[in-house]
Amino acid sequence: MVREQPQQQQQQQPVSQMSYTVEQLVALNPYNPDILPDLENYVNEQVSSQTYSLDANLCLLRLYQFEPERMSTQIVAHILVKALMAMPAPDFSLCLFLIPERVQMEEQFKTLIVLSHYLETARFRQFWDEAAKSRHIVEVVPGFEQAIQAYAIHVLSLTYQKVPRPVLAEAINIEGLSLDKFLEHQVANSGWILEKGQGRAHQLIILPRNEFNHPELKKGTGESVPLQHITRIFPILG
Amino acid sequence: MASTYDYEDTANHQSQQTDIGYDPNFVPDSVKSFVVHLYRHIREKNVYEIHQMYEGSFQTLSDRMFKESPWPSVDAISQYVDQDHVFCLLYQEMWFRHLYARVSPTLKQRIDSWDNYCSLFSVVLHGVVNMQLPSQWLWDMVDEFVYQFQSFCQYRAKMKNKTEQEIVLLKQFDQAWNVYGVLNFLQALVEKSQIIHILEQEKEGLEQFTATDGYDYNGGSNVLKVLGYFSMVGLLRVHCLLGDYETGLKCLLPIDISRQGVYTSVIGSHITTIYHYGFANLMLRRYTDAIREFNKILLYIYKTKQYYQKSPQYEQILKKNEQMYALLALSLSLCPQVKLVEETVNSQLREKYGEKMTRMQRHDEEAFALYDELFSYACPKFITPSPPVFEERLVNYNQDAYRLQLKLFLYEVKQQQSLAGVRTFLKVYSTISVGKLASYMEVDEPTLRTILMTYKHKTHAVDPDGKVISTADVDFFLDDDMIRVIESKPAKQYGDYFLRQIVKLEGVITDMDRIKLE
Repeated sequence: MVREQPQQQQQQQPVSQMSYTVEQLVALNPYNPDILPDLENYVNEQVSSQTYSLDANLCLLRLYQFEPERMSTQIVAHILVKALMAMPAPDFSLCLFLIPERVQMEEQFKTLIVLSHYLETARFRQFWDEAAKSRHIVEVVPGFEQAIQAYAIHVLSLTYQKVPRPVLAEAINIEGLSLDKFLEHQVANSGWILEKGQGRAHQLIILPRNEFNHPELKKGTGESVPLQHITRIFPILG
Repeated sequence: MASTYDYEDTANHQSQQTDIGYDPNFVPDSVKSFVVHLYRHIREKNVYEIHQMYEGSFQTLSDRMFKESPWPSVDAISQYVDQDHVFCLLYQEMWFRHLYARVSPTLKQRIDSWDNYCSLFSVVLHGVVNMQLPSQWLWDMVDEFVYQFQSFCQYRAKMKNKTEQEIVLLKQFDQAWNVYGVLNFLQALVEKSQIIHILEQEKEGLEQFTATDGYDYNGGSNVLKVLGYFSMVGLLRVHCLLGDYETGLKCLLPIDISRQGVYTSVIGSHITTIYHYGFANLMLRRYTDAIREFNKILLYIYKTKQYYQKSPQYEQILKKNEQMYALLALSLSLCPQVKLVEETVNSQLREKYGEKMTRMQRHDEEAFALYDELFSYACPKFITPSPPVFEERLVNYNQDAYRLQLKLFLYEVKQQQSLAGVRTFLKVYSTISVGKLASYMEVDEPTLRTILMTYKHKTHAVDPDGKVISTADVDFFLDDDMIRVIESKPAKQYGDYFLRQIVKLEGVITDMDRIKLE
């Protein structure tokens, strides 16, 4: 599967001393109202340094749940955008479970929920259209576009052995010359292969083989016999 | 919403407390005898006897003499037990638990119970307790602690009919059943007991815990360790009540639920653990994990529930059993992997929910009502952990948390609406073009492509390590515009078959040899 963004890993990727301390706080002392400002700063750091920590963000959302008057909707919006970028992981839903309904009714959250819905149901064209209308929400977080493109490619890799160029273009929102360049890069670095479709005007892109688009690669289950079972018949063989 | 789910405290026999006929200072002889003997057994670390009295005598006396009233007050009995501080805390714990079960507690009593738990847990956390108590009792403490917290949040959120007095008390004792306090106590028990470290050491063979069912045979105490262990389950439960399923499961990680453990030594703990584990996985879309665990526990309950008919936990066992069948029905409707379900469980499931499941898989309006109904019946009693804003208009907000979780669950169900249709066609064809399938499903090609990708996305869950796991029962891949369905061959277990035949043949030869010798 093609997954290059470092951001996709859910485990902590400590970038600075600060993130180390925050992760420790979350692990050792999470039910503590005093760490709320640290967690908020950490969200901003995740945004600016293109890192991600689900645990820390869930911890903060919990604290907001315990003390709703301290909730910052801007921080929550950032958390949700980061969660979108973590797709296909279900992080966005996990965050929504912790955000009160009346907060979810606010405009920016309604928009984010719509965006999530489009991504969950692979409606990429609608997603990119809506994202373009909501630049003020999503462009604040660097790396957003690339993260969503990586998710789109992930879904395409699950589904297609050979994907038609227009389908790919729509999914990652790149067309024309930019798309040519993008494809060149993927061919050189990610094992993509370009093929002329028979009797068609468009190219076919052959995505790297994995067990989901190439069933023969699926590891056989239940065909191996564990050693412990063989030991049962050692006395007989002996 | 079609919910008729009753969100009241569901205690079995609830009656209003009256002062008529209840004298807290009157100690009948049977109670005096009970506390004297229990105190002695605890001092002598006679775990078996303690258990008999705790499970048996306490219930019998409650049924006989305290059916609808509290037990005598702790002050009245303390003279018979040398005023022992710790025993009094234990007695009070049982006293409040009995109260919650039989009578509706007042706000003052709720607050007093909180104080008692604080004192009791503080004593345990200081490490000065030298008792051995039955695991059942230690589980009940944690279980009841979380239950009373849940009950308090429900109670507090119903602001509409609160009296002036109650509001004054609530403001005054704002620390009682504070969510921070509850979570931190559970966390402290886990940490101070070092139970996570003990479990890890046990894997290396350097510690004994599971093997002794948590009991300490070296003259020490099992109380802190076992409370710490059960607190992990307590944390899972609290996090589920808050809607934080991911963290809940993380809290449970040190316990390996694929094997027996101390959590299976008490039926209540076993059921609570798996119920919440399954529910959390259902909400995290890890349907196959949920199905597997529900299947195991439902089979276990089916085989063993007869042994609990006389036990005070029987009703709770039956209730959770029914709820888990509902959750299993939900999981299978979203992820039809019936081969994961054992025969007996499957037939029970068909009986209870067979018809409803057929209707749910149609994914129409009626189906959503059924999803709503089953979810509402089987879900935990979600809470709003924050205190009310007294300055605002007093309303009941106790249903808010539940409504949010239900809404998000149904939202997910709706997103999966198109998948059932795709599944039906994929089961019939080995190859089919996008164009043809689109026309059969009465959608245009781009929409079909979207649906196919949604199917792939929804049936391929991402586990915590970032690995992709397929939960699809029927799968396919696309070659430009041809859909090729993947044949799923059941794995042939040649290895096992040969092993069995070898052992069998050896047995036959041995028998034949024996005959010759005679």
